[in-house]
Amino acid sequence: MFAALGDPTRLALVTKLCAGGPSSIARLTDGAGVSRQAVSKHLRALSAAELVRCTRLGREQIYELEPRRLEAARQCLERISHEWDLALGRLEAFVEAADS
Amino acid sequence: MSDTDRIEKTVVLRAPRARVWRAISNAAEFGAWFGAVMEGAFVAGTTARGRITHPGYDHLTMEIQIERIDPERYFAFRWHPYAVDTAVDYSSEPTTLVEFTLAEAPGSTVLTIVESGFDRIPLPRRAEAFRMNEGGWTAQVVNIERHVSQS
Repeated sequence: MFAALGDPTRLALVTKLCAGGPSSIARLTDGAGVSRQAVSKHLRALSAAELVRCTRLGREQIYELEPRRLEAARQCLERISHEWDLALGRLEAFVEAADS
Repeated sequence: MSDTDRIEKTVVLRAPRARVWRAISNAAEFGAWFGAVMEGAFVAGTTARGRITHPGYDHLTMEIQIERIDPERYFAFRWHPYAVDTAVDYSSEPTTLVEFTLAEAPGSTVLTIVESGFDRIPLPRRAEAFRMNEGGWTAQVVNIERHVSQS
């Protein structure tokens, strides 16, 4: 999912959604420097990574940020990192035990 | 976080390389410190299974696909990280690669562990599963943390 942010256009879209709140594709295309189709494609990638969510308002698609998801992913990675610290602590005690 | 695709840890162990190698590559010894009862032996190209023994996780089994074994130097497997929700079938999701690399140092062994491939894992869903599964585990982690930081 972090790979989804590794693109300047997508990062710009996330920044824009962050600053401007829920937005239509038209509004997100405005000033993006790329076509509406390209913006659509990038939004679908962000949506697949669960970083943004799309709702339909009449004929328009409104995109908004899923900030909790990003935070949850970061926390999850930290948690896994922490589990490794604990496992390595146990390995250290295991191999350094005098009777091993 | 500078690199979100990988976790890297290095630790200096005051034990000979052969001892550290055995603790990592021998399935029973691996289980002893990792916290699982492993079945069978670690053989490259096969899947090893074990039952997790951590309190709060002891209803879970773990599966690791052994990728490569270079005696006393390198051991690698693939798995589904954080696969803690028994209601979810993780088998179709991408795996992460866990690599153990050993190097000799005076009177000790330098062990590096790298787990990579997180960019392709739907981590938020894992986090949610964890919160639901958490129970008394958090308190225990805090206890261990306190113990380790004091010693």
